[in-house]
Amino acid sequence: MLARLKGPRRGGLLVLALVIALLPLVLPNRFYFDVAILIGINAIAVVGLNLLIGYAGQISLGHAGFYGIGAYAVAVLPAELGIPSWLAFLIGVAFVALLAFVVGRPILRLKGHYLAVATLGMGILIFMVVTNESQWTGGPDGMPVARLTLFGFRVSGVQTWYWITGAALLLGVWFALNLIDSPSGRALRALHDSEVAAQVAGIDVASYKLFAFVVSAIYACVAGSISAFYTGFVTPDGAGFLHSIEMVSMVVLGGMASTFGGIVGAALLTALPQFLTVFQEYEHALLGLVIMLCMIFLRRGILPSLAAVLLRGAGQGGRA
Amino acid sequence: MFRKRSLMALFAAVAALAVTAGGPGAAWAEIKIGSVLSVTGPASFLGDPEDKTLKMYVDKINAGGGVLGEKLELVIYDDGGDAKKARTFATRLIEEDEVVAMVGGSTTGTTMAMVPLFEEAEIPFISLGGAVVIIDPVKDFVFKTPHTDRMACEKIFEDMKARGISKIGMISGTGGFGKSMRGQCLDVAGGYGIEVVADETYGPKDSDMTPQLTNIKNADGLQAVVNPGFGQGPAIVTRNYAQLGISQPLYQSHGVASKSFIELAGETAEGVRLPAAALLVADKLPDSDPQKKVVTDYKAAFEAKWNQPVSTFGGHAYDGLFLLIEAMKRAGSTDGKAVRDELRKTKDFMGTAGLVNMSAEDHLGLDLSAFRMLEIRKGDWALVE
Repeated sequence: MLARLKGPRRGGLLVLALVIALLPLVLPNRFYFDVAILIGINAIAVVGLNLLIGYAGQISLGHAGFYGIGAYAVAVLPAELGIPSWLAFLIGVAFVALLAFVVGRPILRLKGHYLAVATLGMGILIFMVVTNESQWTGGPDGMPVARLTLFGFRVSGVQTWYWITGAALLLGVWFALNLIDSPSGRALRALHDSEVAAQVAGIDVASYKLFAFVVSAIYACVAGSISAFYTGFVTPDGAGFLHSIEMVSMVVLGGMASTFGGIVGAALLTALPQFLTVFQEYEHALLGLVIMLCMIFLRRGILPSLAAVLLRGAGQGGRA
Repeated sequence: MFRKRSLMALFAAVAALAVTAGGPGAAWAEIKIGSVLSVTGPASFLGDPEDKTLKMYVDKINAGGGVLGEKLELVIYDDGGDAKKARTFATRLIEEDEVVAMVGGSTTGTTMAMVPLFEEAEIPFISLGGAVVIIDPVKDFVFKTPHTDRMACEKIFEDMKARGISKIGMISGTGGFGKSMRGQCLDVAGGYGIEVVADETYGPKDSDMTPQLTNIKNADGLQAVVNPGFGQGPAIVTRNYAQLGISQPLYQSHGVASKSFIELAGETAEGVRLPAAALLVADKLPDSDPQKKVVTDYKAAFEAKWNQPVSTFGGHAYDGLFLLIEAMKRAGSTDGKAVRDELRKTKDFMGTAGLVNMSAEDHLGLDLSAFRMLEIRKGDWALVE
């Protein structure tokens, strides 16, 4: 039983590592690298958000706020206070963890729509701060980000960032898979299925929810920092409501409670608009159509549904 | 069974999309010009007329035989106002489409996100964004066509000085435009001997500015009020201003230079002054005005083709495209450095924004004469002499 569960998981991580390692061989130029990096960055945030939405069963419409803090931490702290970029990154992560902890405590008492609205409000507050405090953040026009310097080396170039993003994604997925397989992960899934039952079984519901919230916030923050370092420029859009919705869509489209599904969702929603530009005016309509078709025919999300179909086809029962 | 078949259909559809998307769509064009514009999204009022202007004139130029004996191909991507998307599209223009120049970047935010890429690739980039940071400090390959907010402040203060005004109140929007212009105005006010005696702000969605205006009204020695901002905020300020019976002159910015402002503010807009490009008063310019032909021609062409009123934003795209083409013609090639050098040598180019004279230190090339001071009289624009 254990071996059967673990097999595909290890296998999944191996496949992901292979894809990341081999992709550069087929990417023709920097534009494709750029898209691959954006996919990686989105995937990191989505893997984290999936822990909250897919496993703990809590919705958040404010994760772009954490993403924004991660991005602005590495932009503002070095520029205003002369703090080294790597330290600014760590401060950003610590701050987000603390913020998620403090804010999460009261708002995770809410459920359903109320939780959605509370997280939405939190995200919008963060967005307003980065938009309005223009003496630090450059306001709605954004601000440049100093290049990351590590051990005296300037980290730049699309190839370098490809490997950094890839490594960060692998690390994030590895951590998420381990977490899901641990007692905490089982507690989270119990909570997802029925809070009452989980509570009766002796699970500290409030702490586990908070734990998932903080962990997912850190994922979003790390993704935000990487994105800021890579692009060299931050704008408040990254912290905006639409970005939160985008992340949730990636989770739902790819497959809730499927770590690799989230990555597929991130890849699809990041890359598809690039391929659809040839259709010009119909671009948005086609994007909507693809999403609708996926939601109608692949109701559990792309990866879980496909896996189910494939396994059924092979005459096996199983899960993604 | 049904499900499986519909799944297959879905895959087939997705695969078909991917395949058609793979190859470059258009025919063999020799000179590729790229553009990333905010055609949709919150900045679409900028990107939409820019998009239409570029498409229209590239068609016209090709019908007339192209440039340097070759046809132009225009590659336009829509960033939806998102700086991150703009950056990806810029990478795509440089790497995948291999454009020789870029005319685009509707907002300051999207422009600044794309600047490093074009600098690195050494491809000329003519931006349509507003703020002065785009060209100050000067970047090797980055130019821009729209007037800066700093120039708008200077034009307003120049007019005030002529009227003997020295103590003003300011009420600024907190959006990107209002915020940036407020900073520039505060920065240059001293040079014109102007003192800001009241400084208020309002949010982009506020529907009543009476409290802020009351504060301004009560400021000691107030002689005039400036309102940096765009959208519907300035129209509300104008209405409230009249309701409170403030008799001092009100100055708006070039951000409200469209007919919709006059419609929104109604009769209360009477007597409001603002700096704007000559395009708005194309028909009212005297025949002797050297800019008259350019702006009336552009206005007639745009309105005939798209059946919608012309805006100054589309004019910026017109200027950018023709600055570029003239530079290419002079350079006799499309090489990035050669075109850049020729752009810098632009002299006496008459665009919709004004007379452009660039140099290695000035990648905008407009001076204050490019702005006209307008006053709203009887629901229409009138030139202030």
